[in-house]
Amino acid sequence: MTLIADYIGRSARDNVLSAIAKAQDNEQYHALLSLTKERALERADAVDRGDITGKLAGVPFVVKDNFLAFGAPTTAASKMLEHFNAPLQSTAVEKLEAEGAICIGKANLDAFAHGGSTENSAYGPTKNAFDQTRVAGGSSGGSAVVTALDIVPFALGSDTGGSIRLPASFNGVVGVKPTYGTVSRYGVVAMASSTDVIGVFTTNVADAEQVMDIIAGTDPKDMTTLANFFIPKRTIESGKKIGLVKEFMTDDVDPEVRRRTLEYAQRLRDNGHIVEEVTLPIAAHTLAMYYIIVPAEVSSNLARYDGIRYGYRADGVMTLAELYGRTRDEGFVTENKRRIMIGSYVLSSGYFDAYYLQAQKARTLLITEFNTLFKDYDVLLGPVAPMPAFKLGENTSDPIKMYLADIMTVPASLAGLPAMSIPAGANSAGLPIGVQLIGQKRSDADLLALARSLEEM
Amino acid sequence: MITDEILDKYIMTIGIECHVQLSTLTKLFSGADNDARDKSPNSVVSPIDFGLPGMLPVLNRQAVNLAIKAGKALGSEIARVSRFDRKHYFYPDLPKGYQTTQMYQPIIGAGLVNVPREDGSSFDVRIHHAHMEEDAGKLTHFGDYSLVDLNRAGTPLIEIVSEPDIHSASDAKGFATELYRLMTYAGVTNGDLYHGNMRFDVNVSVAPKGATELGLRAEVKNLNSFRSVERAADFEFRRQVERLEKGERIVQETRGWIEAKQKTISQRSKEDAQDYRYMPDADIPPIILTTEEIDEIQATLPRLPAFYRQEWKVMELDSTVVNALLSTKSQSELVQSVLETGGVSAARRTALWILMVLPRDIDQVVRATGNDLSISEESFIELAAMVDGNELSSTAAKEIFFEMQRSNSSPRVIAEEKNLLQVSDEGTIVAFVDEVLSDPASTKAIEDIKNGDDKVIGFLVGQVMKKSRGTANPKLAQKLIRERIV
Repeated sequence: MTLIADYIGRSARDNVLSAIAKAQDNEQYHALLSLTKERALERADAVDRGDITGKLAGVPFVVKDNFLAFGAPTTAASKMLEHFNAPLQSTAVEKLEAEGAICIGKANLDAFAHGGSTENSAYGPTKNAFDQTRVAGGSSGGSAVVTALDIVPFALGSDTGGSIRLPASFNGVVGVKPTYGTVSRYGVVAMASSTDVIGVFTTNVADAEQVMDIIAGTDPKDMTTLANFFIPKRTIESGKKIGLVKEFMTDDVDPEVRRRTLEYAQRLRDNGHIVEEVTLPIAAHTLAMYYIIVPAEVSSNLARYDGIRYGYRADGVMTLAELYGRTRDEGFVTENKRRIMIGSYVLSSGYFDAYYLQAQKARTLLITEFNTLFKDYDVLLGPVAPMPAFKLGENTSDPIKMYLADIMTVPASLAGLPAMSIPAGANSAGLPIGVQLIGQKRSDADLLALARSLEEM
Repeated sequence: MITDEILDKYIMTIGIECHVQLSTLTKLFSGADNDARDKSPNSVVSPIDFGLPGMLPVLNRQAVNLAIKAGKALGSEIARVSRFDRKHYFYPDLPKGYQTTQMYQPIIGAGLVNVPREDGSSFDVRIHHAHMEEDAGKLTHFGDYSLVDLNRAGTPLIEIVSEPDIHSASDAKGFATELYRLMTYAGVTNGDLYHGNMRFDVNVSVAPKGATELGLRAEVKNLNSFRSVERAADFEFRRQVERLEKGERIVQETRGWIEAKQKTISQRSKEDAQDYRYMPDADIPPIILTTEEIDEIQATLPRLPAFYRQEWKVMELDSTVVNALLSTKSQSELVQSVLETGGVSAARRTALWILMVLPRDIDQVVRATGNDLSISEESFIELAAMVDGNELSSTAAKEIFFEMQRSNSSPRVIAEEKNLLQVSDEGTIVAFVDEVLSDPASTKAIEDIKNGDDKVIGFLVGQVMKKSRGTANPKLAQKLIRERIV
């Protein structure tokens, strides 16, 4: 595996050309929806001339295709935005470019980031980096796979309920979902405004720290960004109290996943930390909360795709209602429509209190339970997903089964907490397994430092 | 046929919702220019207003400050914590598919507006609340297609919601007019009704007098003049009474006002009412205000109509004159300034002069561009002093007033140029008097006066004024005529 440092000081043009060549060699994984070759080479030449400098000068990267970025359309893996060329770039991409990094392509995802396997992409699924018959995880499947295949040293993703952590665990890479508000959401196609976060995939923790350090920070264009707090930590003191969440270790969780998690717990102990079993009773209800709150926000955030101003518009319509109906029917995939319908239902008059408001109250309870645990524990530990990557098509006919893969990732999302997926070995079939660390709000740097200290062991 | 007698058996109850466009430099959630007047379509639209993917709102602090001012002008409490919500519906003029508004926790709480009537009495209207929201764009329909202009999309509004405390069409007009005065005096809106800076929705219900429950209401939307508020309310009163008299039911519905036909027509019944699926807007943190911040903004609140009404009591003006003067803020400021520096008489004369050029209908004043008087306060004071000092007749003063509007010269310069200065020198006037009295045309009048018909003296004074081209002091002329005849 190459590190970010390996790219620095080399010819940027060579970096870009080799990354693109590698991407083309791995087309069968369908991890990328587009290459931004022309623009990437222009920027590479500017780096090589010394016109562009910075901490990541000449380092190639990939963005999930729900980030507005130049050089190729921003499709969100949907037919709705198939030909949408962004007139501006997301803050995260701008910040990376300001440090000289070069975007070489845009990664596949579940359309509008709705899904946990990247099978909901309107352009076909991304295949797992370790087994092409299996899913990449999602929704940031493409970003995870390009990192795992070593096409680029890092890739950006977004995480609404596990969309970075799940594919990171399925592909054996580091995936960071920061505290809500750490990185600006400006210029990223919105899914659920109250849980969307921008994060990163890398092959190692130190690289994640470096990228996070660049993309984190207050953005005047995103009122929900927090005041700058992310400062990478060189060391982490021993004796951290770590809670292994009981509800994440039930019999429903694959035994090999549990075993790798317990091994990781033991490594933490070996490193001088204290690991104890803790309980988060409300965890059992978080998926229910999530699949009310998030679809509600999805139904709202996707209302703008109406065929009037940009994006897909159905042909041959006669009335306004038909324009809306057919544009949205044809431009969205089934999962988009499912979530819009659930969301519209739970927000509709007469159901708002029973569903949406109730879910928000439960969310407050979840936050309270987390806060109680964090009085005694610094970090919480558990698996990322109940199982390693499943087979392509295995869950597509059963949305509930598909949603269950998110059961351990949605709690941190609903509470706005930092969480990350760390490679923790593989199962007997060689499929990667990830463990998840969850921290208190704004403890992102501690979480990363802890993970790095174990990686170096 | 609905007679006044029948109408008298019913009582009308009116509540008004008023949208006020705030005069911020930029839009509520974007940096786009907020002044869409005379701009070509879709030329002041940012990616945020356009609803591009990935765009996020950035709350305009100036809009919040103006909302606080508006709230204080309405006598309302300002919420320490208020939030934004999303109201969903699909329409081509609504780029995001939702309007960002304040459904659950509005910034402006309950208030009270005292509304003057023309007869000098007044009545109170309670304000239920007022909330901030963004305006939508504009659709223009052509045969088989429509065009969308998003210049107005994202313009900050406050929507003022009154309690149903109004019971006549003229009071509805009065309330709308007073809201206009409050909002323009507070300086929160440009108040250009023609360009939709303020728009009124009038909710009208009718019930037999003495009934304990209100009738079902019809809402007449998007009225943009005080007169149409009155006419629409009056039309609705008659329409609903007529239905009730026929034994028909009132349908809860939205109606539109057709100006050309002076009538309302049904647009949408309650059954077609949309479910707006309101939800909190997670992209905008709550507005949290401290008492100090609110007080600081309140301290910048300009003088409101009530202040002038109180101050002007010393002028003993008719209430219709006061209300007419109050129709624009600049006039009130002028009269007040004359009152403060030139005294009661000068202010009173100024008020009456202004009223001469003021169209009686306030709608017209508001609609007219450049309705501000160009005459300075100093000129008014000087002009008034010249009348009070017998240097000018009131007729001459009017003439100078009109000339001042045109030329911007000082009243004395105009008076001298036009030879309008009143002559109080006896010798000069005697010459005119003698000339008039020796005129054969005056013989009859002189006889009549001698025979005791004193009123006729006015005719002779008039002749003197004519000969002197209005410059003779009429009181002195009368005295001299009397001396010579008797």
